[in-house]
Amino acid sequence: MRINLTVNGTEHALEVEPRTTLLDCLREHLGLKGAHVGCEHGVCGACTVLFDGVAVRACLMFAPQAEGTPITTIEGVTPGPGELSPLQDAFCETHGLQCGYCTPAMILAAHALLADNPDPTRDDIVEAISGNLCRCTGYAQIIEAIALAADRIRGRNRPSELRR
Amino acid sequence: MKAAPFEYFRVGAVDEACAMLAADENARVIAGGQTLVPMMVMRLARPTRLVDINRIAELSYIRSDGDVISIGATTRQCLVERDARIAANLPLLASAISFVGHAATRARGTIGGSLANADPAAELPLIAITLDANLTYRLGGRTEKIAARDFYIGPMTTSLPSGAVLTSVQFPKWLGKVGVGFCEVNTRRSDFALVAAAAQVELTDDGRFNRIAIGIGAATDFPIRLASAEEQLKGGTLDALAVKGAVLEALTDVAPLSDLHASAEYRRRVAVSLATRAVADARAHAIGKRRDAN
Repeated sequence: MRINLTVNGTEHALEVEPRTTLLDCLREHLGLKGAHVGCEHGVCGACTVLFDGVAVRACLMFAPQAEGTPITTIEGVTPGPGELSPLQDAFCETHGLQCGYCTPAMILAAHALLADNPDPTRDDIVEAISGNLCRCTGYAQIIEAIALAADRIRGRNRPSELRR
Repeated sequence: MKAAPFEYFRVGAVDEACAMLAADENARVIAGGQTLVPMMVMRLARPTRLVDINRIAELSYIRSDGDVISIGATTRQCLVERDARIAANLPLLASAISFVGHAATRARGTIGGSLANADPAAELPLIAITLDANLTYRLGGRTEKIAARDFYIGPMTTSLPSGAVLTSVQFPKWLGKVGVGFCEVNTRRSDFALVAAAAQVELTDDGRFNRIAIGIGAATDFPIRLASAEEQLKGGTLDALAVKGAVLEALTDVAPLSDLHASAEYRRRVAVSLATRAVADARAHAIGKRRDAN
């Protein structure tokens, strides 16, 4: 069937079978391989994308269901080519990744958190990524990265005399 | 492709969904899809037609009507989690909702979807049974009601008639000095419960509890009430020994599920502990409120 998807600000007209998951559609039809295939039944969180700004599992939705709702993948969070968002930058700086498989999803889950709550506690951060599995880092540096990015994003919007 | 092929229809009205279901006996409603999609990709479910009710605007709401809170079937779980009326009027639902899946699945998962899916380990059916909720569905142009205690008849099985669409759930408000407790044992955060217990109690001015509801989920094919314990404890002060004795007795005739994750004997022991703890938490919660009020 014919569907229109709005992904990272661009509208795409696509021909898909209804049984195509949003995840497969993003990867196979649009070449957006940053949404990763993990468990494919909603447990690991590797396929997380933003659906109208909210973190959801791309493997738990069929592509036709996503029509009319803006979708953001990891490819859509960078400010420009070759640049990193404050969250991506913080993940690099604190070594918040090793193999990188869970990373795009972790960053998107963190984006959704910070859009909703710019000053999260450690518990808020842990809750926000509790549905995303990481088998390398032990999570400590991921939490550190999100806290660092939150602090920087808040700082950027603060008058300079109030900055730390 | 992981799921078997199906036709996809997005409907804008409940009666349109009913007509779509009536035209194909292998049709299924899809709401949040957080259970149905994985079942389909594992080919445990092979509907030939999916009727998507997500865009029926009138099915997503939370309303406070007198002594009842009404929640539309496609209301996302995350909306219930954040709603001030739910926190104030249905504290038991408010304390259980964060145990339902993860934040990312609660963003899509719906209240009606979880109730109709009837997973034995799901928290929302347990709360519906514990609070004597009523469910409303639409079938053949008529609106019908069914009590939650008559709705669940087996694992993943309800008495919802074929071709019906669940439209809302009504939870009665308890208007007195209410306390709640919710406890769950699972293997990891937000995973399926091995056993869950829910308790809601109401405290009178003389320090006794005149209303007590205790429910156990995940231990049996569908959630149950510990009716004999509720009856036995009614009018008392809920001291720890009396509660434990009543709960033990109420669970004597219950045959818990046994599987790879937990034996029947383990589930029984955990059910006794969690029910006792949920009632103790509910009692402390109600007494704390009473102190605040004085």
